[in-house]
Amino acid sequence: MAEALLEIVGLRKSYGALRVTDGVDLRVAAGTIHAVIGPNGAGKTTLIGQIFGAIRPDSGQIRLAGRDITGLSPHRRARLGLARSFQITSVLPEFSVLENVALAVQGSHGSAFRFVWPARSEAKWNGLALAGLERVGLAGRAGDLASALSHGEKRQLELAMALVAEPRAMLLDEPLAGAGPEEAARLIALLGGLRGSCAILLVEHDMDAVFQLADTISVLAQGRVIASGTPDAIRADPVVRAAYLGEDF
Amino acid sequence: MRRSGLLLPLVLFGVLALVPGLRAAGVPLGGFWPLLLERVIVFAIAAMSLDLILGIGGLVSFGHAAPLAIGAYTVAILNEANVTEAALVVPCAMVAAGVFALLTGAVALRTRGINFIMITLAFAQMVFFAVSSLADYGGEDGYTLFSRTRVLGHDWLGANNFYVSALVVLFGVWLLLRMISLSRFGRALAACRQNRVRVRALGLDPFAIELVAMVIAAMICAVAGVLMANEAEFVSPAYGGWQRSGDLMVMVILGGIGSLHGAILGAFVVVLAEEGLGRLTQHWPLIYGPGLILAVLYLRGGLAGIGVRRG
Repeated sequence: MAEALLEIVGLRKSYGALRVTDGVDLRVAAGTIHAVIGPNGAGKTTLIGQIFGAIRPDSGQIRLAGRDITGLSPHRRARLGLARSFQITSVLPEFSVLENVALAVQGSHGSAFRFVWPARSEAKWNGLALAGLERVGLAGRAGDLASALSHGEKRQLELAMALVAEPRAMLLDEPLAGAGPEEAARLIALLGGLRGSCAILLVEHDMDAVFQLADTISVLAQGRVIASGTPDAIRADPVVRAAYLGEDF
Repeated sequence: MRRSGLLLPLVLFGVLALVPGLRAAGVPLGGFWPLLLERVIVFAIAAMSLDLILGIGGLVSFGHAAPLAIGAYTVAILNEANVTEAALVVPCAMVAAGVFALLTGAVALRTRGINFIMITLAFAQMVFFAVSSLADYGGEDGYTLFSRTRVLGHDWLGANNFYVSALVVLFGVWLLLRMISLSRFGRALAACRQNRVRVRALGLDPFAIELVAMVIAAMICAVAGVLMANEAEFVSPAYGGWQRSGDLMVMVILGGIGSLHGAILGAFVVVLAEEGLGRLTQHWPLIYGPGLILAVLYLRGGLAGIGVRRG
């Protein structure tokens, strides 16, 4: 197996007697898409919150490119190369599309603490931002306000914001949520094109998309990984069929 | 950051420059209007600094009179110690207000929304009661300066020169805040207003950004406090009262939140309302209050937004 860029070891988190994350191990290899699926309440959201740093695990470790990031704040993790998209679209509505991405470039390439020179006319960053928008097919809307974008376009914008950071690992939390069939097809093609650029951890409910995109699938149920393997192996796994996919899948 | 042209701010500065301009041309100008505009200019500096955190950063601070009072009382305390040189007074005032903002901001920024409003108010009230208890400086009665602050030995803050000096400071503050709001820092601060979680996910620390903004705003406001003490040749705890904090918020919101120069318009209306309406009738709040409500309801971009196309 290739080098694991994002590695989760023995992660545990309980709320009272409820074990939401019950000893989860995951390895996301460089250049692959690793999907996490599971029924509602399996602990996917809590798992993501811990990887990203919004929730502190009770025990266990999260490693990014070999470095323990378990105790770091979200913005420190982002600086080390962990990008994310949100389950609910999260853009800066009052900024232009280009400025949204330029701020992402700022977050990964610079700092907030420069008080002179207009940020909007920093050509190098705007160039990087525009390149990011071209990668997701949104360059034509660079000058529009982010709030004017359609839902699918906001998803594309979020991807551009993640990509320009040149992340080591990307955390995609239900990137297809709320997208219509056409938008979903476009986003799936887009996500497939990202394979190889970094390690991608994908949490998604759309099973067609998951089986189309993932190199590895881990199935989460009641806070545990009950199965992990290639899409074909997961499809054939009797435990997974019983717990989640159903007999007809 | 709201996009705004340079025309209106330059017109405003032009109008404010009329007083010294006419005087230089030999027109004997005195009395009500120059004195009123002097107050407008000083309040505009304070309100503009509040606009950095309130308008651009989206932090509703109900305690911005605190750095104002800290600046004013720095003048009084150094005055009592026979120090009246601005080269000492102004840095002292700015550092004192900056340290205050750093310590209180670090606490207040752990909260959001209504809690942030109440905590900033509480800290400002602490300053209010602290200066009220300074018996050596008049306590609740306030303290009359025996001498205005001198700038490098010059009488630039004296009654004859005060207007021009304050206007120069206001212009400098406007340039500075405009530069900051357009910079990387300003963009990050405006992003924090819109979506802190997103900013954090991009690798920027909203807490640090907002804390630095609060310190900058407080340091600028302290300069307004120094000027205010000199203008009145008097300081009193009322400089730090919650009504004063409220006045500053009204100036920002009425003038046009996030526009910076709107603070000048807001300060003009509020000062004029207090002085002008106060001369007409002692029940002036009865006119001022409803007027404020109407302005908030119907002037979404504030006074600075009149005639500006919104889209």
